[in-house]
Formats: sequence, structure tokens, C-alpha cells
Amino acid sequence: MASNFTDKATTRRAFLKGSVAAGGAVLGAGAAHAAGDPLITETQPWAMELGDGVDATPYGMPIRFETDVVRRNVEWLTADTISSINFTPIHALDGTITPQGCAFERHHSGAIELAKEDYRLMINGLVEEEMVFTYQDLERFPREQHVYFCECAANTGMEWAGAQLNGAQFTHGMIHNMEYTGVPLRTLLKEAGIKTESKWVFVEGADASSNGRSIPMEKALDDVLVAFKANGEALRKEHGYPVRLVVPGWEGNMWVKWLRRIEVTDQAVESREETSKYTDTLEDGTSRKWTWVMDAKSVVTSPSPQSPITHGKGPLVITGLAWSGRGSITRVDVTLDGGKNWQQARLAAPGQPMALTRFYLDVEWDGEEMLLQSRAHDDTGYVQPTKEELREVRGLNSIYHNNCIQTWWVKPNGEAENVEIS
Amino acid sequence: MSKSLKLYAGAGLGTLVMFTAAFNFADRNVAPLPTQAPTVAAELDGDMQWIAAAIAEEQRKATTFGLGRAALPEEVAAWDHDVSPDGTGLPPGSGDVWTGEEVFAEYCAICHGDFAEGIDNWPKLAGGEGTLADEDPLKTVGSYWPYLSTAWDYIHRSMPFGNAQSLTDDEVYAMVAYILYSNNLVDDDFVLSNENFLEVEMPNANGFIVDDRETSEAHFWKQDVCMSDCKDSVEITMRAAVLDVTPEDEGAEEEASAAPAAAPAAVEETVAVVEEAAAVVEEAAAPVEEVVATAAAFDPALAESGAKVFKKCKACHQIGEGASNKTGPQLNGIMGDAIGGRDGFKYSKVFAGLNAEGKVWDDAEMAAFLAKPKAYAKGTKMSFAGLRKEDDIKAVIEFLKSNQ
Repeated sequence: MASNFTDKATTRRAFLKGSVAAGGAVLGAGAAHAAGDPLITETQPWAMELGDGVDATPYGMPIRFETDVVRRNVEWLTADTISSINFTPIHALDGTITPQGCAFERHHSGAIELAKEDYRLMINGLVEEEMVFTYQDLERFPREQHVYFCECAANTGMEWAGAQLNGAQFTHGMIHNMEYTGVPLRTLLKEAGIKTESKWVFVEGADASSNGRSIPMEKALDDVLVAFKANGEALRKEHGYPVRLVVPGWEGNMWVKWLRRIEVTDQAVESREETSKYTDTLEDGTSRKWTWVMDAKSVVTSPSPQSPITHGKGPLVITGLAWSGRGSITRVDVTLDGGKNWQQARLAAPGQPMALTRFYLDVEWDGEEMLLQSRAHDDTGYVQPTKEELREVRGLNSIYHNNCIQTWWVKPNGEAENVEIS
Repeated sequence: MSKSLKLYAGAGLGTLVMFTAAFNFADRNVAPLPTQAPTVAAELDGDMQWIAAAIAEEQRKATTFGLGRAALPEEVAAWDHDVSPDGTGLPPGSGDVWTGEEVFAEYCAICHGDFAEGIDNWPKLAGGEGTLADEDPLKTVGSYWPYLSTAWDYIHRSMPFGNAQSLTDDEVYAMVAYILYSNNLVDDDFVLSNENFLEVEMPNANGFIVDDRETSEAHFWKQDVCMSDCKDSVEITMRAAVLDVTPEDEGAEEEASAAPAAAPAAVEETVAVVEEAAAVVEEAAAPVEEVVATAAAFDPALAESGAKVFKKCKACHQIGEGASNKTGPQLNGIMGDAIGGRDGFKYSKVFAGLNAEGKVWDDAEMAAFLAKPKAYAKGTKMSFAGLRKEDDIKAVIEFLKSNQ
């Protein structure tokens, strides 16, 4: 199967020896040709001619060789693209921050165009003074910055009944992770003055769907952010420009985009998005509601069906993402043999609360098939369950909150497939 | 007002204890804060109340940033529409089942079907009673929604799709009454109003429990996990490639790194099954010869009435200055143009095929398509069920001609 590469690489001599062996065994791209690699021995045009000047692209896009790293939609999932979702190409990304341009989109009435000058935020209901803020007003409150993941509650939702979609982008791509700048919601609530009988806030957007959601006051006063920047720049239109709500660790549907109104109430409104949708039906037909927090979860992003192994046996980087809505990722285990044996992966950086954590496992692949899985642990002691463990409690019709362990069957030719195993 | 507030606040200020008491007191009584100074004759209780409120307000102001402004009552009224299960927020009004059916046919049946049965992937609003524990539950307003307020709130705020917030309160009452009727929850003479709203019993009102994961799934918080020799054997029990429904990448053939070949036949089959299911209700194309007008002179009045009919198309199609492709292609100059030939629009296979055949949108083709879109072009992405009235079809075609 594969042995752990880390030990071999600990000394320089072992490392050099390993390189020689690999160079002799594999004749892939970058290997020496009889007369030398023409990319080296022949002068290439880019080494003679001039490249683009500055300002060729005032706002840069990825180079044309990366045009396959894009959001993708699964057409049969929804009736049209206006009320629909697409998926982040997590199989092709590394690190933890999701570039805005390929971060998944979920709209209920389409992505609207709302200018900063036309933006108004109202706070009404059980407050001392019902208030209206402009975008400029929001910019004058003290700001905070935090990195948080935003995961749609339906992420992996198509996999409840069986292995269905062949690619990490499609099974796990309803997630992104950005650095937000904004004003804590509690600051704005304090500005309006909340009354003692207030227990909830009802938040809604300016788009036609409004996507109203009720959030308990405890959360609203804790870490909810009224955000206007992501990854350093303005929010993209599709993510709620100019202002969206950030509800750390909780399902993406609550992260209301184009935020226009916050109503302080003494009861949950029980809107469409918190009754008919985003409720989880159990095997006996009863349904859980108010399942806001996203359970700990992880997935190997490469190798995976859209990111097969193309280099043959030898050193292989296995990598993936882990996250928890309850806190920080403390550990990720990876198995190569479908769960018979596990080893701890290396976290690229210590887990941050309610943010994506990147993990790596560097192995020496022997070219045999693998059944790859990853298993996340968070700082509350929660361990990501298997699909069977989840099904035992929740049945097959939950739709939402599927945080099961994912299996990729990597074949000797390096291709990978989404499978379920015993 | 602030001057007199300070005066009263000063007078009312005694000990710290009194201040605290006043603050707590104010918390429960601030809503009716008077907008004018009370008269000398005001009752002591009312006066005290007002003083307390004034102090609380002063204190709040002292700790805020002073940003933003007070919302005007008419502004709050314009945006605050949410309706809660106990009826909070419900405006006065009423509507009956039959009016509801008419309104529903006009605005909703395009997606939700004449009987709220749902077209294509659009939500079904009726049926499904008793299916929630089945293998494939059907969740509708009748079978699943716990509160009627949710239906009223959502329709009023967010429907119809593409023309939200355009319905009157009475239309919403009527429509909700019709949805109840189509779920067999009320009789056909039922009239829903703010008066009887809370009397309607929703079948699944008690079908929900609050998130219990921390107890029912307590075993997911594990003391230790198995790291070696955890299983004797591992078998693959299911493969995604068997019934592969993963979208194929359009640029896949250009990619050097050959991704595992998805079974394209399986994809086609699944899509076909979905389309077929939707097309079951569609019979073979009805005769439309009579609709096919011989090339007549342009009729501006007819085009004008066509503009009204076109409202049904607007959710997906743009026409006129600056029109661009949306859910459907933009329709400027569509009459006489190649079928399936709009620049930059991603057509279904059937339209790509018609385009390859060199077909053109003349009156006959357009009339046949608008009468029964799915029969005319099996596999079209257009979810519209078709125009029932020949006059409407003629009018829309005339309207399309007016936007050449």
C-alpha cells in the first residue's frame, strides 16, 4: 500500500538517496531526456520576448492555465440557477483561505446588485430606539477581523442514501473560508438598546427571497459579525455585497446576504427557511429543528476523483480540510486501508475556532489501491462519525448536516472514485 | 425634548439604588415613551415611569456611538412584514378558496402546477400526507409545514418568484386558503382571514423536536478512537460510478489529466428519466394550425396586450433595451431568428439540435412552442407549462415582433 514518508525524509542523506531512486525509476515530466530536456536546452520564447506590462489587467484573474479551477453547478439538483447552489473547487485549492471568485454561491432569488449608497440597515422591534444605518455609518463602528468557514447545511446532503457524486467539489464543496472584516452585531444592538424581554433576532436580506432567519440572542451577542469585507476586499455580489451576516460555526443559510433588517423579538419567527427547509427529518418522520451548529467534519481533497494521482508510485502528498462549528480542530486521522489502520495527519497550522484547518499526510505510495478516509477531532472531544454511525441515529432523509467520514477508492492507475465501504 | 428630559432626569436622580431601580423599571416600559412632556396634572405613576424611561435613554445614549438615526414609523412599516406562529404581524384581511385558485393560476401555477402539485423540480405544495417516515417523504405545506404563518409570511414577502411583494394582503389570504384546500385541509367554501387564522390546524404541527444532537449523539464525543487493527476486512459496498450523476466538465476533453471516465450513458439516462417524469402530463402537441396566422400586418394593439401576457415570461426572459440572457435567453429580435441561436446562452440538447437543423422562429414554430413547450421541445430547460389561450399566444408573438 504505502508507507509513511516522513521518517525517510528526516535526514539529508536519506532524502538525497530517495531522490536518486525516484529519478531513476520514473520517467515522467521533468525527467532527463537523452539529449537533455528541450525546455532547458533550447531557449524558450518567454526567455527572449517581453511579457505583459503592468495594468494589462487592472484587476487580475488567474492565468489561463487555471481555467478549470472554477465553481461548478449540478444542474439536476434544482429547477433553475436563480434559486440554486454551486460548489467550491476544493479539490484544486490548497491552504485554507478560499478566493472569493471561486467560493460557492447559494441564492434563493438570485444575486442582486445593491450599491453602497442604496444600502440601509434597519434595527427594529424590542429596542429602545428603532434605528437605520447607512453603509457609511457601519464603517464608523469599531471593527474586528476573523477567519471563519461558511458551510451550507446541505453540504454532502446528496450522499445520505449512497455514494452519488464523484468529486470532492460536489460532495464537499458547499463550503468556503474567508477572513472577514466587520462590526460585531452586539455593537449595533447596543447602539439601539435591546430590551430585557428580547430573546431572538430575526435577520433578513434585501433580495426578493429575504431569506429571514431567527437567531437566539445569546449567539447574536456572542460572535456574530456584520461583515463588509472578505479576504481584504469588498464582498462579492454573489456573497451579499455590500453587507452580509457572518454567523460563526452555524449553517450557511443563517449568514444572511444583503442584510437589510434585524428585528429584535421575543420568539422565533419560524420562517420558511427554518421550518420547511433546514430542518432534518429522522427515520420515524419527526424532524429536528434549530440544528444550527455544523458538526466536525473533514475530507481528503487530493487525491480525489477530480484530482487523481498522475505521477505513479513514490512520494505522494495526501491533503485535505477539516473544520468544526463547535470550536477548533485538534487532530485529523487518515487511513489508507479503509479504516483498518489510522495515522495522525500533520496540521499545517494549529486549528482555529470555526475555521478551516489544512492537513497533510506525506506517504510513499507503492502503487496499490487505497481506501482513503479522514477523521476530524475538535476541541470539545467530538469525533467525526462514519456514515453508518450517522445513519443509525438519523436515518437517510435528513438532507442536511451530513458530516460523515468520506471514502475515496484510489486505484492502481491513480484514479479515484467516491465509494462506500463496509 | 432632550432639555426637558435632562430636567426631569436631574430631579429624579437620587441614590444609586433608585437609579438602578429606575433603569430596570424602564426596561419593561420604554415602548410608550411619550413624545411630549407630560402636563403637571399627570399622574405620579405615569410621571415616574416617564422619568425612569428618560434616565434609561440618557444612559444608553451615553454609552453608544451616536451613529445612525431613528427609524421612522413608516419606514419600519415598509420593511417589517414577518408573521409569527402566534399571528404577530398578520394584517387585517381575508380571501376565499376560489379567489385563491384564480390568483394561484395566474401567478403560481407556472412553477407549482395548477393543483399545487409542482412542475419539474419546483416545489410541490400539496399532497404527501403521512409520507414523512417513508423512504421518499413528500414535504409540502400540508404534509410538513408546522405553522400556517410561515406560508402567509413567505408568499407575502417572497412570491411570486420574479415579482415578489406584488400581491395584496387579501390575495395572499386567498392563495393560502387555496393551498389549504388543495391539501384537503379546508372545504371549498372556506374563507381565511386574520380572525380565523389561528384556528387552522396544521397536520405536522407537532412533528418537530429541538436539536437534540448533544444527547442523542453523545456517543460521537469519544474518549478514544481505534488506531490500528480496527477491522478484519473492508469491502466496497457502493460506487458512485455505478449510477454516475456527476456533471461532466465541458472542457474535460481539453484537460490533459484524464479524469476517470464517468459513465456518460448513465448520466444521459438519469437526466432523461427526470425530464420524462416531468413530461408525463404533456400529451402530444395539440393542433395549433389555427393559431398559425398568415403573415399579417403588425398590430400594435395586439402587441400591447402581448406585453401584459409577457409578464409570465419576465421571471426568466429579458426583452427591450439592455436585455441580456438570464435564466432564459434574451428575446430581442427573436422572431425570424435561428432557434437555439442566441449568443452566449447555454441551450438544452434539444434546442442545440433544432439549431443544427437550421430551424427558425417563425409564427408557427413559436406558437407551437408556447402552446406546449415540453411537447414541442422535449428536454427543454424552460419550466413554463405553456400558454393556454390562443389569443395570448398571438399577442405574445406580436409583442416579440415589436422588439425587433
